[in-house]
Formats: sequence, C-alpha cells, structure tokens
Amino acid sequence: MTAKKKPARKTKRATPARKTAVRAVKRAAKPARAPSAAYADFMVQAYAMENDARDRYTEFAEQMDMHNNPDVARLFRKLARIEGLHAETIVREMGWSKPPARTEAWMWRHSEAPESAAPGDLHYLMQPYQALELALESERRAVSFFSGMTHSTAPVEVKRIAREMAAEEREHVRLIREWLKKFPKPERGWDQDPDPPQQSD
Amino acid sequence: MNAPAPAAGLKPQLFKSDVKPVWCPGCGDYTVLSSVTKALAALEVRPENVAVVSGIGCSSRIPAYTTCYGFHGVHGRALAAATGLKVARPDLTVLAMGGDGDGYSIGGNHFLHACRRNVDLTYIVMDNRVYGMTKGQPSPTTEPDWDSKLAPHGTGLREFHPLVIALASGANFIARATSSDPNGTADLIAQAVRHPGFSFVEVLSPCVTFRPEQRNWKEMVHPAPVAPTDDAARAARRLMTDDGFNIGVLYAGHRKPYRPEMGRPAAEVAELETEFIL
Ligand SMILES: Cc1ncc(C[n+]2csc(CCOP(=O)(O)OP(=O)(O)O)c2C)c(N)n1
Ligand code: SF4
Ligand SMILES: [Mg+2]
Repeated sequence: MTAKKKPARKTKRATPARKTAVRAVKRAAKPARAPSAAYADFMVQAYAMENDARDRYTEFAEQMDMHNNPDVARLFRKLARIEGLHAETIVREMGWSKPPARTEAWMWRHSEAPESAAPGDLHYLMQPYQALELALESERRAVSFFSGMTHSTAPVEVKRIAREMAAEEREHVRLIREWLKKFPKPERGWDQDPDPPQQSD
Repeated sequence: MNAPAPAAGLKPQLFKSDVKPVWCPGCGDYTVLSSVTKALAALEVRPENVAVVSGIGCSSRIPAYTTCYGFHGVHGRALAAATGLKVARPDLTVLAMGGDGDGYSIGGNHFLHACRRNVDLTYIVMDNRVYGMTKGQPSPTTEPDWDSKLAPHGTGLREFHPLVIALASGANFIARATSSDPNGTADLIAQAVRHPGFSFVEVLSPCVTFRPEQRNWKEMVHPAPVAPTDDAARAARRLMTDDGFNIGVLYAGHRKPYRPEMGRPAAEVAELETEFIL
C-alpha cells in the first residue's frame, strides 16, 4: 500500500484584495505613537472615510443579493472587507482601544466621504467590471483628498501622514486597474433585460 | 406626556431593520433611508420614540426598513394617520413619508390641510415624478412633455409645484433635498424635525427604472443661492421662479403649531384590550 500522497498545498493567488489586506496588516505593525491633537483628528477623519466606504459597499452587496446578481454582490463584499481592514489598521496604528465614536455623517456635511462610491450609479444588471470602475473612481477621489491635504496649511505631521495615505490610495488605484484586467468589459446592450420591468401596452 | 430625554451616541445603524429593501439598485430611496437613519441618530431620539408613517408606493415601503414604530397605511393617507398619531402622542417624533403620487395625487387634499393645520410633524416626499410601484404612470410632478408608452407625447398638463403649494397652504418649514447628497439630506431632515410645526422636505429621488434620465439630476442640483427666509412673500417669489433644483431650506416660518388640548382619554389602551381577552 502506498502512503497517501499529501495534496499539494494550494498557493494563494495574490489577488488585489489579498495584497491590500497584507499591506494593511503591515501598517498596523508600526508602533503606536503619542499623536498631536491635529494628527489624531485627521486620523479620525481617515477612519471615518474607510468606515463609510465599507458600509457603502456592504449596502451595495445587499442590493445585489436582493436582485440575484451574486458575482457583483461577492465583489462588493470583498471591497467592503478591504475598506474594513483599512479602518481596523487605523484603529490599531493609533492605539485606540475602540473605534472613535465621532465618525458619522456630520464630518462630511454637504458632501460625501471621498472614498464612498455613489449610490445612484448601480444597476441590477451591472457586471463586475462596472463595480470595479465604481471602486476605481472612489479610490481616485481618495487620492485627491489626501493629496489636497499635503498642499494645505495643516501641521507638518498631518501633511506627512496625508502624503503616506495618498501614496497608499495611489497603490489601490493601481491594484484595481490590475484587477479590472481580469474581467471582460460589458458589451453593448448589457442593460437589456429579456423580461423588462417596463409597462406593456 | 413629556418628550423623552435625548439619547446621545446613537449610531444610524440602530435605526435600520433587518428587512432588506427591495428597491431597484440605484433608486434614490436607498439614500433617503440612509439619511433618515443618520438624522435620527443626530437628533438623539431612540427608535421606540419615533413613528414612521407612510402610504403606498415604492417609497412608502420605508417604515419596514427602520426599527422605529411604523405604519404602512393606505394610499394617500399617510398624513391623515400621522396627524392623528402626533395629536394623540405629542411625545413621539412623527415622520410621514411617501412618494409624489401618494402625496400629491390621491393624497393631495390631505397635503393641503396638513400644511394648514401645522401639527408638529415632518413630511418627507421622495419625488421621482412618476408612479414607480405601478410601473411608470405620470404623476402630478411629471413634466408635461415626458413621453412614455402610457402617456404618448406626454400628458400636456402643467406640473404641480409642491413647495409653492406648501407655502400657500401654511407649512412652517420648507426644504428641498437631493438623494445624491445623503449627508446634506440628513442635515435637512434633522433641521425639519427640530423646527416646530409642519415641516415639509421634498427629496429629489430618482426612479432609475422608469425614469433613467433622472440619474443626471446629480449634475443638475445646486445649493440654493440665498439664505432661508421667514418672509412668506419673499419665499413665494423665490419659489415661483425656482428652477426645481435649488437645494436647501427655502422657508422657515414662525407659526404656532396646532396642538389641541387633550382631555382625559375615554379609555386607556389596557381597558380597550380587555374586550379582546378570550
Ligand atoms: C386607493 C389606491 N389607488 C391606487 C393604488 C395603486 N397605486 C399603488 S402605488 C401608486 C402610486 C405610487 O406612486 P408614488 O407615490 O409616486 O410612489 P413611488 O412608487 O414612485 O415611490 C398607485 C397609484 C393603490 N394602491 N391604492
Ligand atoms: S421602480 Fe423606481 S421608485 Fe420603485 S424601487 Fe425601482 S427605481 Fe425606485
Ligand atoms: Mg413617485
């Protein structure tokens, strides 16, 4: 009797989701420092941004579940997980014992958190490619937000971390572009429903 | 009955129920739901001290999606039920919600008289200028030339101006919001609830299925270029020349809310229930 061969260990594909997750953990390993008030405020804002983006993607995933679009639901859930990891990283990096409370809507009064994808852009027949395009737009807005901070009158330590975060968001833009290559671009007429909700005569 | 003590530190999530909305992805009503939950958290009221009353329509499904007390009522009658509830239970925060069909067609008469009565409640209309639930018939706010299978070449009828009518009928607070700005809408809803008397918030909330062109509304909306006024004549002039896309508080008046003296109730709820005990 031959000994049972151990199945070859599956090598994990380095998907963009996994890569960002690894990056997030690496950042968390940095020692927590005693932050200035301006720095802490900025990090609360950065946390709120990641948190809002996670909630938004979760809502999108639920909408896609409801409309029987499992591929896009899975993708939005993955994006939500990534944003959640970023939020957790900030909590660890700041040495907060729990997430900051002051993170809800009011921070972005009369605007949206830059990384939150626009809710009006969904379609029940949308495809993963379009979901990633939405994510790409959101990451681009995050880059502009953090880059804008580096040109502001903010204290030096805030500008430094904003620069770091802008670089990280730029990396996310690159990863999503890579990810986009894995999905076909939707063909013309992708939104044609053979059983449309339109009123018949 | 006294108003309940403020409850600080509430999260919007607390106001969302486990029932998942069946709205079409991209529908503006998702944002309105999210804005309402944010506003209630900011107002520091607990879900059990809030009642969401609606009529019938896609938008009117909203009470089920919140953890507040809800009443999914009869088409066009949200305001009648909400008025009765607020008069009987002034301690509750009452939100009446629904669509343009519900509020301006079949419920149009209730709308006029709710403005006139000025009971302290907030009416939020998710206006998509169409009957979404019944598959795309024109509503009172539909543009006269909106061409569809059900109204070829449009209805040719002049559209209803809800904000002007609200002002003329006596509403004490009038605002327009847009579902493309969830946090701005949350802010306007919170202001509306805080303002005494009948507050009316019209939210431009696209129906992406029957009016896909409304996805462009997000490029058309803009903040109202003027500060809110308490001068009804000035507000009337502004609203009559309004382009329909000005976002913000457009009128905030000082009328005293209607609050009738409540005598002792004829019976307590517990007494009424005894009748049904087997
Ligand atoms: C008494 C009565 N008449 C007609 C209907 C059919 N009906 C259901 S919803 C609706 C219109 C809904 O339009 P709107 O209020 O704008 O809501 P939306 O679906 O657009 O959110 C109509 C006419 C009904 N349910 N009850
Ligand atoms: S039919 Fe229109 S109003 Fe109804 S859920 Fe769909 S998009 Fe929203
Ligand atoms: Mg409608």
